[in-house]
Amino acid sequence: MPKDHGIGASSKRREDVRFLTGRGRYTDDINLPGQAHACFVRSQVAHGRLNGVNTADAAAMPGVIRIFTAADFEGVGGLPCGWQVTDRHGAPMQEPGHPVLATGKVRHVGDPIALVVAETYDQARDAAEAVVVDIEELEPVLDMKAALADGAPKVHDDLTSNLCYDWGFVEENREAVNKAFEAAHHVTTLDLVNQRLIPNAMEPRVAIGDYNFATDDSTLYTTSQNPHVIRLLMGAFVLGIPEHKLRVVAPDVGGGFGSKIFHYAEEAAVTFAARQLRRPVKWTCTRSESFITDAQGRDHVTKIELALDAEGHFQALRTETYANMGAYLSTFAPSIPTWLHGTLMAGNYKTPLIYVNVKAVFTNTVPVDAYRGAGRPEATFQLERVIDKAAREIGMDPVELRRKNFITQFPYATPVAVEYDTGDYNATMDKLLEIADVAGFEARLAESKARGKLRGLGVNCYIEACGIAPSHLVGQLGARAGLYESATVRVNATGGLVVMTGSHSHGQGHETTFAQVVADMIGLPENMVEIVHGDTANTPMGMGTYGSRSLAVGGSAMVKATNKIIAKARKIAAHLMEASPDDIELKDGRFTVAGTDKSVAWGDVTLAAYVPHNYPLEDLEPGLEETAFYDPNNFTYPAGAYACEVEVDPETGRVTVERFAAADDFGNVVNPMIVDGQVHGGIAQGIGQALLESAAYDEYGQLLTGSYMDYAMPRADDVPFYTVDHSCQTPCTHNPLGVKGCGEAGAIGSPPAVVNAVVDALQRAGHTGVTHIDMPLTPSRVWAAMQG
Amino acid sequence: MYAFDFVRPATLDEAVAALGGEEAQALGGGQTLIPALKQRLAAPATLVSLTGLPELRGVCAADDGTLCVGGATTHAVVAAEAAAHYPALAALAGNIGDPAVRNRGTIGGSVANNDPSACYPAAALGSGATIRTNTRDIAADDYFQGMFTTALEPGEIITEIRFPVPEKAAYVKFEQPASRFALVGVFVAKYADGVRVAVTGASEEGVFRWTEAEAALSSDFGAGAVSGLSVEADMMIGDLHGSPEYRAHLVKVLTGRAVIAAG
Repeated sequence: MPKDHGIGASSKRREDVRFLTGRGRYTDDINLPGQAHACFVRSQVAHGRLNGVNTADAAAMPGVIRIFTAADFEGVGGLPCGWQVTDRHGAPMQEPGHPVLATGKVRHVGDPIALVVAETYDQARDAAEAVVVDIEELEPVLDMKAALADGAPKVHDDLTSNLCYDWGFVEENREAVNKAFEAAHHVTTLDLVNQRLIPNAMEPRVAIGDYNFATDDSTLYTTSQNPHVIRLLMGAFVLGIPEHKLRVVAPDVGGGFGSKIFHYAEEAAVTFAARQLRRPVKWTCTRSESFITDAQGRDHVTKIELALDAEGHFQALRTETYANMGAYLSTFAPSIPTWLHGTLMAGNYKTPLIYVNVKAVFTNTVPVDAYRGAGRPEATFQLERVIDKAAREIGMDPVELRRKNFITQFPYATPVAVEYDTGDYNATMDKLLEIADVAGFEARLAESKARGKLRGLGVNCYIEACGIAPSHLVGQLGARAGLYESATVRVNATGGLVVMTGSHSHGQGHETTFAQVVADMIGLPENMVEIVHGDTANTPMGMGTYGSRSLAVGGSAMVKATNKIIAKARKIAAHLMEASPDDIELKDGRFTVAGTDKSVAWGDVTLAAYVPHNYPLEDLEPGLEETAFYDPNNFTYPAGAYACEVEVDPETGRVTVERFAAADDFGNVVNPMIVDGQVHGGIAQGIGQALLESAAYDEYGQLLTGSYMDYAMPRADDVPFYTVDHSCQTPCTHNPLGVKGCGEAGAIGSPPAVVNAVVDALQRAGHTGVTHIDMPLTPSRVWAAMQG
Repeated sequence: MYAFDFVRPATLDEAVAALGGEEAQALGGGQTLIPALKQRLAAPATLVSLTGLPELRGVCAADDGTLCVGGATTHAVVAAEAAAHYPALAALAGNIGDPAVRNRGTIGGSVANNDPSACYPAAALGSGATIRTNTRDIAADDYFQGMFTTALEPGEIITEIRFPVPEKAAYVKFEQPASRFALVGVFVAKYADGVRVAVTGASEEGVFRWTEAEAALSSDFGAGAVSGLSVEADMMIGDLHGSPEYRAHLVKVLTGRAVIAAG
């Protein structure tokens, strides 16, 4: 019998009432008295020397208040990078400056050059067009391998080359891995591209700077996944505003997928401008602008090799990846192809020797950073593709080959520095084969064939590291931040609770899920718990939401704080009933003296806390409010198995996804309906990457896919009804809820399933030369592959 | 967008007069022009809306058997009202864009714009339609003159498009995955005096007739008639979404499918 409330119940998403009735309050809905409007002058070329910016005519145009150029930002810091990667020789990465407005050079189409502030947006835009920019065009750096060639033009003149770092992991294993390959019975090699994607959150970015000169307080309203992080980065590193004089508010946010983690130039620019002008300054990104300014995702070029013995046991794995950083280092960019990618190369398999090499490269393109999955989709895709290719080469069923190599003993320390606490990969595979009805595939294949269509089945596994992250560990790995989370639980006199969290919800349903957890712990109706997030002024310092961390880390902080509340409330109840706190039991919102019929209600206790007439004031402070910080001991390791069935039109190459099944192990699940939705969205995103999406630049560095006319987002009719299951549950061993995180799984696990299925379809139809097709598998690419 | 004046004349004469003004631009449903204005890619001084002219709206069957569609008739109206007379044309209209596009976009706007990936030019050319303007009648064969290029003179207004109704016809569109415009679209129409095959989306020169297929289908109206033919890739569009060879291949595949769909 499914639960109808609390942990394990599919409670309806309370936030949807406002989202679905147009009552959400997004940043662009905020308009402050006296607000001015901003428009950026942006580079229209990918690479050029910025010889001058003439604002004279523009400044005289109607409504123009002020035009800021890089000169105005002298003395202002650049945008900081939050992670320093050390290369395989022990040297720190090359870390170029990232000025708020382009200085000396422009480095990608969209690079901001000047900020025009005017009374209206249209006036600002008119004036922005009138700003005269003198740029001497330079040869753009676009292809990563060419960028590393001797004599290649440099994106940053002050660096020695376009190489950010050359990372080896685990460097000490390099020789042993090479030797294993020399001795291997069989080696499977695959060259592939994990193409660049554009995040395309439904809500474009918005930033409003506000400044009260009377109190010297600055406020930034922004579309962020982590307002505290933005406050710290912008306050401390860019504008020099102490945190107690800077408030960052991220109200309702319409999707992020990673792209709203980062600190962007526009945030600092409007905050700075507001202080200079003593007026609120608002900037709303147009959709066209978001294509060329939101940090983009993926963009890896990889060669992966898998060594196997005669029985199909994996002996060693070796990869060489070129990872595109774009023109500047976005906030967490260096960590994505390294610590969020290399550490996952073991996958679900007990490969004893692994060596991962990643060369991060600067190019004249939009910066690349975390995008749903962030490094883990890239790891999963190459691993699960090379395993499929290996299975075909050695003539073994791909599921069998995977099972043969599954990790089955936990905890398991991988050769790439992480320790999986729990998992049961055979269980999720068994569940997958059942829910995907793999047994019925042959019949469906015959039916497709009768209609003249090719059909293929793709199966793969995935594992991810979520619940980011143990602070001491990431500190050793180069993170310039801790990755704990925080919660304050405030109980009101009449018993209702307000939970203030450093996590940030931008679609995930935290307001529902978190309330379920806290209400369940006390035994109260969920509607007695309110979740507050998104404002540094009323939430404790927290690191925000990304990396499927909010329930595992933020939820754990909430559990800790709630336990403190319960401990204190128990003491109050004991006083009221003249019993020992040790004898007090809490159930269904009532405190009872064990073994008696003496009890007090939750509300009696909370009222006593705030009206302490009969209260142990000598031992206990009045009030009922507690804060907790939680820093995880380990990552969590959600894992699972996915299956995709496709049809391919042999005449046109068009691929349709006919069936998709996902068997995930997320550990314990708080709200199964929300988890289903997270997986659905992730799979849609993964199918989008597999079949449709690609950020393509031309030879001049102009984005060819700069609008929805050419950038293909998945739509409802591009995806099938999914069969998802999360009944295989091996709870996380090191967080109080036993949860692992579900936000990225779908996007990580699904692209290889789709590509495996298409290759399978073509192989079955006799196109035996087709061992791989690079994503997106557009009709023209699939057709070309069939032509040989 | 830049500032502009907007007029919505009630008569054709007023519209012609308005379009004679400096930097005046006709506006149909705005499905191409409005996005261009928003991107500041166009800067007309005056927009002259043609949607207020009653004589430009509606679908009717003429005595000579042709189907007449007013220039300002929306795709949604054509989808609904042409269905009984010319099902292939109605189906084409019903699959342009999405409901919002179909309820604003007009046939005259589409044919005047002559986007190389638009659907209507294939129907007009494939049907041997007549483009009637405020000054003259233009045969479709003379009207379409290359990508975004037509026989229209400045200020000339499409008032009506007259479609001879074929015995059989079908339009098959293969969608570009992002825009869902035609990557290639083929309109096949069988008339008593022969078959017409018009192709959109594929060519650098805009909509064109595949005369080789027309000849083959005129003597044998079956998918097999085109299976031995091939299309030259020379003048085909090559872009992110498909190579010239791929588009040439699709022309043949879709022509065969259109013949089958026509029945």
